[in-house]
Amino acid sequence: MLRYVFRRLLTAIPTLFVIVTAAFFLIRVAPGGPFNQERGLSPEIKANLEAQFGLNDPLWLQYVHYLGNLLRGNFGPSYNMPDFTVTELFARGLPISIQIGASALILALLLGSLLGTIAALNQNKIADYSVIAVAAAGSTIPTFVIAPVIQLLFGLTWNLLPIGGWGDGALLNKVGPVLTLALPQIAIVARLMRGSMIESLRSHHIRTARALGLSDWSVVVKHALRGAILPIVSFTGPAAAALLTGSIIVETIFSIPGIGRYFVDAALNRDYTLVMGTVVVIALFTIVFNLIVDVMYAVVDPRVRYD
Amino acid sequence: MVASETILSVKDLRVRFRTLDGAVEAVKGINIHVNAGETVAVVGESGSGKSQTMMAAMSLLASNGEATGVVDYRGRNLLTLSKSELNQVRGRKISMIFQEPMTSLDPLYSIGNQLIEPIRRHRGLGAAEAREEALKLLRLVQIPDPERRMKSYPHEMSGGQRQRVMIAMALANDPDILIADEPTTALDVTIQAQILMLLAELQRKLGMAIVFITHDLGIVRRFADRVYVMRCGEVVEEGEAEAIFVSPQHAYTKMLLAAEPTGTKAPPPPNAPVLLEGRNVEVTFRIGGGFLAGEPLMLRAVDHISIRLKRNQTIGIVGESGSGKSTLGRALLRLLPSDGLIRFGDRDISGADRQAMRPLRRELQLVFQDPFGSLSPRMTVGQVITEGLLVHEPTLSGRQRDLRAVEALREVGLDPNARNRYPHEFSGGQRQRIAIARAMILKPKVVVLDEPTSALDRSVQKQIVELLRKLQADHELSYLFISHDLAVVRAMADYIIVMKQGKIVEEGPTEAIFSNPQASYTQTLMNAAVDVTRFRLSA
Repeated sequence: MLRYVFRRLLTAIPTLFVIVTAAFFLIRVAPGGPFNQERGLSPEIKANLEAQFGLNDPLWLQYVHYLGNLLRGNFGPSYNMPDFTVTELFARGLPISIQIGASALILALLLGSLLGTIAALNQNKIADYSVIAVAAAGSTIPTFVIAPVIQLLFGLTWNLLPIGGWGDGALLNKVGPVLTLALPQIAIVARLMRGSMIESLRSHHIRTARALGLSDWSVVVKHALRGAILPIVSFTGPAAAALLTGSIIVETIFSIPGIGRYFVDAALNRDYTLVMGTVVVIALFTIVFNLIVDVMYAVVDPRVRYD
Repeated sequence: MVASETILSVKDLRVRFRTLDGAVEAVKGINIHVNAGETVAVVGESGSGKSQTMMAAMSLLASNGEATGVVDYRGRNLLTLSKSELNQVRGRKISMIFQEPMTSLDPLYSIGNQLIEPIRRHRGLGAAEAREEALKLLRLVQIPDPERRMKSYPHEMSGGQRQRVMIAMALANDPDILIADEPTTALDVTIQAQILMLLAELQRKLGMAIVFITHDLGIVRRFADRVYVMRCGEVVEEGEAEAIFVSPQHAYTKMLLAAEPTGTKAPPPPNAPVLLEGRNVEVTFRIGGGFLAGEPLMLRAVDHISIRLKRNQTIGIVGESGSGKSTLGRALLRLLPSDGLIRFGDRDISGADRQAMRPLRRELQLVFQDPFGSLSPRMTVGQVITEGLLVHEPTLSGRQRDLRAVEALREVGLDPNARNRYPHEFSGGQRQRIAIARAMILKPKVVVLDEPTSALDRSVQKQIVELLRKLQADHELSYLFISHDLAVVRAMADYIIVMKQGKIVEEGPTEAIFSNPQASYTQTLMNAAVDVTRFRLSA
């Protein structure tokens, strides 16, 4: 197993390299540059800035420099927020995004699995239809609708939660964004869980367990649930990577200083280094979480063995 | 047989399934009883309701099923018990083993864990005591090295071993009745015999009653005291096992008893030309390997096999699962890469690629075991069987193709109107006819038949065997008949190759192999098959 993890980490290196290379050249192909949009920038100042950041060098040289810095763990300065390096921006924003994202993920997994299981056990009954209806609503209503509704109801009407802001990480400030992020995920997990639980309940070994007179609790939780959890495990990998790296919509609407907005802001401003930093962080999260998922698979299912 | 008390009696049991097409009645008011310590067989073909009867008795019906009537176990109606009362009976007083040893155990828990659970639940033992009991049970069902096996997972065991574990679980709490639902159908013949012997021996030791649900009359004759013959949800005949075999009353019982394929195939004339020849054919599968994953495991599925198939000959390839018989069939048709020489007629096709093989494909056809999976569900039967003509006779007009389809369907004994319908509208036997029509429409010379009758009921098997023989006689076909079923092979083939672990252990003319098998493996195979399935109505 250790050997497998080691092998997977090694194969991640060429993957990352390809991603970095593709992203580097793609963002350069886009018209404009980091200092084009700013009004009132005199040509001299612009030329100075570009010279300072090495933007006048041939593209391949810039690429080589960037790779070299990256290998030393240096993401470079942000072009649009010149007071900060990209590393500093992430150091401040990433923990916030991770807190919100991880809370939403855990909430979604627990609540979604519970709802899906209840639906499966009551297939084609009222409880099942209610879960399906809620799940359909949850996955079709966009977050930019859910977020303002939460702000309106909990913040303004009932005055239970702050409308927005980070509040130095106060618990109440996190409730709104976590709920907004979690709701669509709860819907997805519930639907996945319902399907795989129905299948699991129909399997032959569940029939065996019932024929042996085992209790409902053992049949459902010990035997059916563990088999049904596998699709949820595979869903969790990409979902975790997406949630933990922040959401532009949620962070913007609730005014939270996470890193979700960097990706879009940086791309629009041609803030090359920040775009690249975001790409690397998301790629790393995706690779690591997919690896964790594969390892979890082997933990849950003894048939899965990696040499 | 000592008269003993009736412990289970099923009275006017009806089982209904709600489906999209309305309610379907699977069991139509049947009466069955089981006495203490006796062996009862419930016999019938697929769809007879034999399994659903026992599923209903155990409250294991699918969620859209519903049972009415009385299932009386020692004075209590199982159908009206609460769930917790029912769970005091299930697994404790009445237990059950199933047809599917590969999937009936939970793949995620060790054997020990699964064995200990029902023991603790029903007997309230502590963990250590339950573990001792579990070990005792594994010894009882003759699992070698039980200490180590406790830690094994189901996927690490063979089908026969898994069925032994199932039996151990079922017997854990010393039940009154063991219901065995086709317990050996999915196993190889030699393993079948072992499992049946084990069950008989355990019954002698422990004295429980056994209810065999089976389609296999060999099992019935050998093991059962009494028999119920079921058809379409009704019991059509019941009585002492011996009486039913000697003088069956109902026409359906007589038909079942006569359903074993009979007859033999005469060998082709000695000067018949060799159509398909393989010399030192080898197929090797590569498992695992890759970047940093170490050396791949090489598995030789077919090991130096030579075979000569003459015109109008049928070679039966016999062997248990994993013996490489299907792989050999595919390799000879160049559907798998292989080493060695393969000749078709006077052409060397060993190195022929897909492109080069295409024009030859019409003469080399293949029919598969699974008549459900091998026909595209979204094409009409007409489209399915004429598809090959589009490739091999592209000049035919639509009208001509349609005529050929009519002809092919008539030839396999189906109504030509079938060509406008879809595969799911047909039964297993009819689908196998469609699959045969698809091969025959191209007028092939060699047909590889890969277990073509294994998924079918005995009575349908017999019809398919007769159809294949007729087609062979009409068109001078050569068959490579791959099967684990010795009775069918005996009726079909004039020459037999016995395979084990990729190698030929014995070959020769059919009658010689059956009357005087040389290799000890062949003898084991024959004995197992004779023990389990052989009987003659005339006997």
